[in-house]
Parts: sequence; structure tokens; C-alpha cells
Amino acid sequence: MSGPLLEITGFRLAFDGYEGRAQVLNGIDLRVEQGETVGIVGETGCGKSVLARSILRLNPTPPARVLTGGIRFAGQDVLAMDGPALMALRGAGIGMVFQDPQTYLNPVFTIGSQLADVLRAHGLRGRAAIRARSLELLEAVRLPEPAALLRRYPHELSGGMRQRVLIAQALAGSPRLLLADEPTTALDVTIQGQVLALVADLVARFGLTLVLISHDLGVIGAICRRVVVMYAGSIVEDAPAEELFAHPRHPYTRGLLAAVPDLERPTQMPAGIPGSIPSLRDPPGGCRFHPRCDLTMDICRREAPRLSGTGHRTACHALAPNQDGYAQVRP
Amino acid sequence: MATLRTILRRLALLGVMLGGLVLITFTVSNVAPSDPAALAAGPDATRAMIETVRHEYGLDQSLPMQLARYVADLLRLRLGRSIQTGNQVADDLARFFPATMELVLLSMLFSVLAGVPMGLWAAVRRNSWFDHAMRALAVSGVALPAFWAALLLQLVFAVWLGWLPTSGQLSVATAPPDPITGMILLDALLRGQWAVFAEAARYAVLPAFVLALPSLAAIVRVNRAEMIEVLAADYVTAARAHGVAPRRVIGWLALRNAMLPTLAMIGLRFGWTLGSTVLVETVFDWPGIGLYAVNSAIASDFKPVMGVTLAVGVTFMLTNLLIDLAYGWLDPRTRSA
Ligand SMILES: Nc1ncnc2c1ncn2[C@@H]1O[C@H](COP(=O)(O)OP(=O)(O)O)[C@@H](O)[C@H]1O
Ligand SMILES: [Mg+2]
Repeated sequence: MSGPLLEITGFRLAFDGYEGRAQVLNGIDLRVEQGETVGIVGETGCGKSVLARSILRLNPTPPARVLTGGIRFAGQDVLAMDGPALMALRGAGIGMVFQDPQTYLNPVFTIGSQLADVLRAHGLRGRAAIRARSLELLEAVRLPEPAALLRRYPHELSGGMRQRVLIAQALAGSPRLLLADEPTTALDVTIQGQVLALVADLVARFGLTLVLISHDLGVIGAICRRVVVMYAGSIVEDAPAEELFAHPRHPYTRGLLAAVPDLERPTQMPAGIPGSIPSLRDPPGGCRFHPRCDLTMDICRREAPRLSGTGHRTACHALAPNQDGYAQVRP
Repeated sequence: MATLRTILRRLALLGVMLGGLVLITFTVSNVAPSDPAALAAGPDATRAMIETVRHEYGLDQSLPMQLARYVADLLRLRLGRSIQTGNQVADDLARFFPATMELVLLSMLFSVLAGVPMGLWAAVRRNSWFDHAMRALAVSGVALPAFWAALLLQLVFAVWLGWLPTSGQLSVATAPPDPITGMILLDALLRGQWAVFAEAARYAVLPAFVLALPSLAAIVRVNRAEMIEVLAADYVTAARAHGVAPRRVIGWLALRNAMLPTLAMIGLRFGWTLGSTVLVETVFDWPGIGLYAVNSAIASDFKPVMGVTLAVGVTFMLTNLLIDLAYGWLDPRTRSA
């Protein structure tokens, strides 16, 4: 197949509510090639989960509304898909892993029954075949005693085990892309590393493309080759991981990186940046980051910067190359 | 095993509640300001005749003595004698109870089979015309007095349209099927008497519907609210994200969770329905224990009233036991707790 596996262009999505419209995704441009491992990082509330759910069309409509833009997966227009195509996209095209294994498993069904439901959704038939494939999946996510596990209920499992079951479910449709939204955030610190290692291992073993979402740059740096930084509904920087960690350009990214060494404080707010994230219902005009930025110029208040560059993209007026091809301000 | 312990604990509790029930019914019937012996002996009875009747029924003994005798009799399923019918109350109950159960089961079956899907669909199509209609039903079904609904339906369907009979359980010309369960519809079905079944069904429609209406409304309301909540749950999003078909997600994965509170409501409604048969059976002249209780109460004949109350109480308690057990089966979290 030629072309990117996932391509999001000019995607804008809003939530309409009683208190008005919240412009949550504000023009997302993102291409993910087959085999890439991409991390999306940003503060809580910047729209990462909404973006992930948009890719599978899981945002409830209403209140969610796509304003402009498109999403293509493997060349197909996701926003135009009908029921059967959408069901095939979900699970067989993209496998999704969620944040909180406590709430994303159905409390009244056994693990075996929930896995079987997903497998049947992808066309597998016959008790023996379903059981064999279920055991295979549970072994793939390295859960001990898979046969006994099939008869267990979610509340009988630890958080780490539940997350492994959710990962097994995401793999059940043999997807090409694994979309993991904060897969370790709700877990014990000791378990986080194990689950992260498992995700990296599965990606390598099954040749998956990975989009990993986290508010934690450390998590993303551990397994992603490319990092996308989001701020208040927009992508502000997009670069290979090594490049981004060595030479961050956007003032927001530099603030984020300054916060990373502070591992003792499990804060979700980057310590290096003053102020707080803006309201998405009434965001600042121009660049949404300008009230917190130390490079703010006049144009930043008037005009939203475009994401530009190749290989290492940034959305910042202060970094925009001038006629000579050099950025006006070198960080 | 946890389940067995649960059952035993529930049974013990049931015994305590039963004791309370016996005490209450006995007390209530004895503080009622009328003289059943005088009534039974008739208007022209002499004082001596009344005293004879009083002695015959044990009404001349002290209250604690009467209670002790009553309980001892209860344990042998002797509920005393009805002054009205002259039969043992237990025999009367055995005769009238199946008709009541038939009506109750029919109306519960209807309100569950209709109410659950209606609530589900209202939740799925939230704010549609159907949802609005269901909300109107939920309010009116509870607010509408049963006797008024009964009279209205009798007027429209029996008197004006003539589609259905006004009252009774079968026409006098039709012989009921030989009893197996005592429920005419079920017995006709079991014996393959289709004509009798069809006729009995026509007689049962109106009383069963009137009896079902408030339960239908309650079940629709609860199931709608629960479905709305469950459909927004993370595990439902997850099932969708994994490609499970909407029909399966809504009609099974979500419904099974929403059914837990709905089931509790069904249990409550069962008891309520059983109690409401008194009114509905009177309006529709349905020969069940409700009508029996009313006729006895009017005649100040208290043994049958106590018997009916006990039968209703025991049935209600047993039903709730069953519901509790079903709950354990539906919700694995309560099993190990
Ligand atoms: N269903 C919804 N209705 C209204 N607003 C929503 C909904 N889902 C998310 N939002 C809003 O979208 C914004 C981004 O949320 P989210 O994507 O969950 O952030 P995060 O980056 O932490 O994953 C938040 O302001 C949130 O309130
Ligand atoms: Mg999130």
C-alpha cells in the first residue's frame, strides 16, 4: 500500500453544550506511516483522548461535532464509513487500549465471555476455535494460567492483569495499528514499566504501528521513535524522539522537558511553564499558548501559527523561518 | 458455599418476617370493632345462639390463648374456618389462589416483556418521539387510579366495542379444564384445549392489563434510566471500540448491567401487584383471593382475611428470595461478597 497508514488533515472537532461550544480539536494535521511508533504528549485536558476517540468515531454525537477536516485509515475515509466498514475498522484496522482497566471491562461477564464477544465480532466461529484463540491472546500478553482466567470476572483480577486483558482484546481483531490512550496512567508505578515493555514487545512481535498517548514524556520516550506534542487542541511540535529530546524548539515543549526530571512529584502540570491551560470554551485568540509564552510577539495574539517544516515540524511564529531560512529566535 | 449460606440466611430472615406478619394480622383483626360471632349467627340469633357460635370458633378465649391456637394451627396449615363459606380457609385459599397467581403472573410477564424493551429503546433513541411517549406513560401509568383505568377500559373495550368480556374468568357455558395447576390459561394450554384457552385469554386481557399498567410504567422508567447510564459506561465504549456490533452491545452487554436495578424493581412490583389484586379482582369479578378477602372483610369474617394476608406475604417473601438469588447470578460481584 502506498501512502500513510493514518492521515488526519485539518481536523477540527467541537462539543456543543449548554454553556456554548468547546473547540476541543483545533485543526489537527498528522500522518502516521506503516511501522512507525508515534507518541502523543500533552497536558491533561488538551484533547488527546478526544483525538483518539475521533479516529474510531467513538465520540458521542451530539454533543461532539466534526467541523472540518478528514481522517483516512489505509486510504479509506473514516468519517464516511457505514456501519459494517466502521465495525471492521474498529478492532481489525485499529486496536484500542484504554486508560482505566477498572472501568473498561464489563463487570458482569467473565474474561472468556468478553474475549469471545470480540472474537465473534471479527468473524471467528466455533467454541473450540474461540477458546484456542482466546488462550493464544492471553498468552501473548503474558498472563499466567490463561485457561483459569477465562472463567474469572474482572473484579477478581489486579489492575495490571486487567490492563493485559484489555490489550489482548485490542489485539483480538489482528489490527495493523495499536492506539493506546494512557495505557499505564491508572496503574501502580511498579506495574507501569511491565505493561509498557509488553506494549513495546507486542508492537515489535506483530509488526504493529503504534500511536501511544500519554501526558508523561518519560513514558513516550521509552518506546516511541517519534513524538507529537499537543497543546490545547493543536499540535505544536512533531519530531523524531531523539531530536525532540535533544533540541526541543517550541517554548511549550521546552517547558514540558524542563518538568520531566522532576519524577518525584507526580504532577500533571509542567513545572517549567507558568500559568495554566486555557479554557477550550473561550480560548485565547491567535496562538493558544501565547499567554504562557516568554517569546510572545504581536502576531501571536492575532494569528494562530501553522504547523510547518519537514521532519521536525513546529507551530510557532517566533520559530518561523524568515526569508533566509533561519528561525528568528534560536532557542 | 456462599450461595447456600445466602439462602439459609435469607430463609432465617423470612421466618422472622413471617412471625411479625402473623402477629400483625392477628392483632389487627382482633381490634376491629365488630362481633364476628354475632354476624355469623345471623340477625335473629338469640344471645345463647351467639355464645354457642362464639365458643365453637374459640372466640371466647383470651387473646394470647387465641394467638397460641392460631399459630399452632398455622404450623399445621389450618388457617381456621371461614364463617362466610363454611370451609377451611386453607381449602378456600387453595381454590382461589391459582386464579390470583394467574392474573399476577400474566401482568408481570406483560410488564417485563414489554417494559424492558420499551425502556431500552427509549434510552437508545433518547429525546425522540418514542422517548417522550414513554415518559408520558411512566407518569400516567403511576398516576392513573387502577379503578378508573379499569372502568374506562371496560367501557371502551367491553361495552362500546364489544371486543372483550366485562368481567369473570370464563363464560358460565364453558367448563374449565381439569385442574393441573388451577390456572385456567395454563391448564387449557397443558391439556391442549385451544378453544378454552382462547376464551380464557379474552377474559384475562383487561384485568391483567389494568394490573400491569403501574408496573409497566415503573419498569420502563427504571430500565430507561439504567440503560442511559450504562450506555455511557466505559466498558460499553470499549466493546464498541473493539468492533462488537451495536445490537449485541446494546441488547446484551449493556442490558445485562441495566437489568440489575430493573430486577430489583420487578421484585418490588410483584408484591405491589399481588396487593392490588384486591381492587382489580373486585372490579372484574375475578374469583381470586383478592375478591375472597374483600367479601370476607365486608362480612367481618377475619380468618380468611388473615389467611389471604399471610398467603400474600409468604408469596411476596419467596419471590424476593428468588429475585435475590437471580441477582447473585446476574451480578458476579455480589457472589463472592
Ligand atoms: N463527551 C464530551 N462532552 C463534552 N466535552 C468533552 C467530552 N469529552 C471530552 N470533552 C472535553 O474535551 C477536552 C479534552 O478532553 P480529553 O481529550 O479527555 O483530554 P486529555 O488530553 O486529557 O485526554 C476537555 O476539556 C473535556 O472536557
Ligand atoms: Mg485522556
